[in-house]
Amino acid sequence: MREFLEGSRAIAEIIKRVKPGVISAYPITPQTHIVEELASMVANGELNSQFINVESEHSAASVVLGASATGVRVFTATSSQGLLYMAEVIFNIAGLRLPLVMTCANRAVSAPINIWNDQQDSISLRDAGWIQLYAENNQEAVDFHLIGYRISEDKAVMLPVMVCMDGFILTHGLEPLDLPEQDKVDKFLPSYKPLYKLDPNEPLTMGILADPDYYLEARYAIQETFKDVLRILPKVADEFSAIFVRDYKDLLIEEYFTKDAEKIIVSMGSVCGTIKEVVDELRKKGKKVGLLRIISYRPFPYARVYEALKNCPKIAVLDKAVSLGAYAPLASEIKVSFSNKKKSPKVISSFVAGLGGRDITLESIREIFRKLNVKEISQDFIDLKPELLTEAYGK
Amino acid sequence: MENRPLFKSGHTACAGCAQAIAARIVIETAGPNTIIANNTGCLEVFSTRYPETAWNVPWIHSLFENAASVASGIEAALAYMGKKEGINVIVQAGDGGTADIGLQALSGMWERGHDILSICYDNEAYENTGIQRSGLTPYGTNTTTSPAGIKSIGNPRPKKLIPEIALAHGIPYVATASVAFIPDLQRKIKKAISIKGPKYIQISVPCPLGWRHEPSETLLAAKLAVETGLYPLIEYENGSLVSCRKIAPKPVDEYLKMQGRYKHILNNLEEIKKIQGIADDNIKRYNLLEVKTS
Repeated sequence: MREFLEGSRAIAEIIKRVKPGVISAYPITPQTHIVEELASMVANGELNSQFINVESEHSAASVVLGASATGVRVFTATSSQGLLYMAEVIFNIAGLRLPLVMTCANRAVSAPINIWNDQQDSISLRDAGWIQLYAENNQEAVDFHLIGYRISEDKAVMLPVMVCMDGFILTHGLEPLDLPEQDKVDKFLPSYKPLYKLDPNEPLTMGILADPDYYLEARYAIQETFKDVLRILPKVADEFSAIFVRDYKDLLIEEYFTKDAEKIIVSMGSVCGTIKEVVDELRKKGKKVGLLRIISYRPFPYARVYEALKNCPKIAVLDKAVSLGAYAPLASEIKVSFSNKKKSPKVISSFVAGLGGRDITLESIREIFRKLNVKEISQDFIDLKPELLTEAYGK
Repeated sequence: MENRPLFKSGHTACAGCAQAIAARIVIETAGPNTIIANNTGCLEVFSTRYPETAWNVPWIHSLFENAASVASGIEAALAYMGKKEGINVIVQAGDGGTADIGLQALSGMWERGHDILSICYDNEAYENTGIQRSGLTPYGTNTTTSPAGIKSIGNPRPKKLIPEIALAHGIPYVATASVAFIPDLQRKIKKAISIKGPKYIQISVPCPLGWRHEPSETLLAAKLAVETGLYPLIEYENGSLVSCRKIAPKPVDEYLKMQGRYKHILNNLEEIKKIQGIADDNIKRYNLLEVKTS
């Protein structure tokens, strides 16, 4: 059934349907509407769950860690500073191999303080051992949460999943979408049966000290699991589309007019909707342009990216984050995809846009396609206002 | 005590470690239907080095400061599954994990009213990382980050009053205990787990390495800490002081001179007087004086 809902409300609706036993969160804009909705569902008896209000994001992550270790399905959500404050728990959850799903309502990171959207927060936590899926729209955000639980709880995976959705643009945006029906959710996602749990009947020590004789293997095991996740994501996507019709192909990437394209923009998240519009517009004018959308940023689908881009001469990578002092995060991954390969695009140019909620307009995307020429651009900030820099440095 | 040992021998604690003794008493008193969340610290390190574990109860370590929140999650999960009745949840930490880095999570746990017993094994410094000063290091103590020197008397501040901070949360049970008074410690553990809601017990556990006393004198050090008035054994129920261990106070220098951490002030009468003043204040504040009956 199509419903017209705010993104945050839609996330709360799908979380209600996956029935987490414990929810814990700490308020941060633009994540708040999600957890407010869930608190209200618990208060009204629509959702049987322990809703734990905590004194910080560090504790929100720790509460769901403890509850997951006790064998219960859990949920939390955060954003920006909250995610960074959680950071050591984020690493810990993955290291403990605890399944859970968290929403990251993507937002810029301070300073300067800025509550608006970019993807610096989740990208900064890319090395933590979490599967990271980036949604383009609210239908995907809803579906990725459901799929996230299924993958996270897979006995062959046992890793946490972060569903990344652009703050405000998606969390506060209203779209018509299909909310998965409860019986179908139950069919796709059976009730959680933990592999290990804290239980007095079967005492188990979790979170041990691993000295140099053992630590390396624990980390290697996660790295190997990520290779498996690259194979598991497409299978789960197939099972999902069998029940829910919507087809996310392999859940790793989406190719939009890439086959014959001479220019392709690579990006993640909601900006891909804007890019698609410009692709449509330029295609009508006979320009061979396309979009490659990264859905799974961790694990990163290098092989799929190579196959999708190898015949295209000019690639632009659009990042909504920076790696200060280095190439932009997504641009680095795309360049690495061609390392030691037979084919490679002539140009892989890197563009940074939209930081701190600066609008990425249709014109911004057109400009990127225009700048994608014979000369490779190592890094260009789109819609930069040079006059502000002059002001700041008093030149 | 149960048939199966709940905290087994073979762990790697130092000779004379009081924390190991106290931890065993805590879990053997609480019994097998217990889940423990442990902050990072000596106890975690010496009891769970892979592939071995000393614990025969479900036990989890996550980070230095978050065991109280992890325990909150455990309790919430048990409540969701309808399994909370009959299972004790204990969060345990050292003095740094309790009074410093873990205080925020602990405060949150107390304030939310979880049915959890929090234990602080107070050895009065970050002994695991090499005897650095914590918020529970006493005044005048020589540690590696509050070293004595020509411009330093050692740690310049008195112990943080964590029991009072716990009481300010309105929690139903708060007590201090000592590894030197085992029946009293056992009684307090039993009492605490019989009460629903958040409970806090802070246990004095000397560390031969950090306090620099003979490993064979651990219990003597703990005993003197209590008998001088420097570590009052007190017990609060619903905010009221219900018991304290009465003492015939011994002078503090008897306690100080057995420990290397106070060697630098043993000839400094002014400083000894200050520490005696702390003991005297405790004696007055908690009315610790033994009443002689004829």
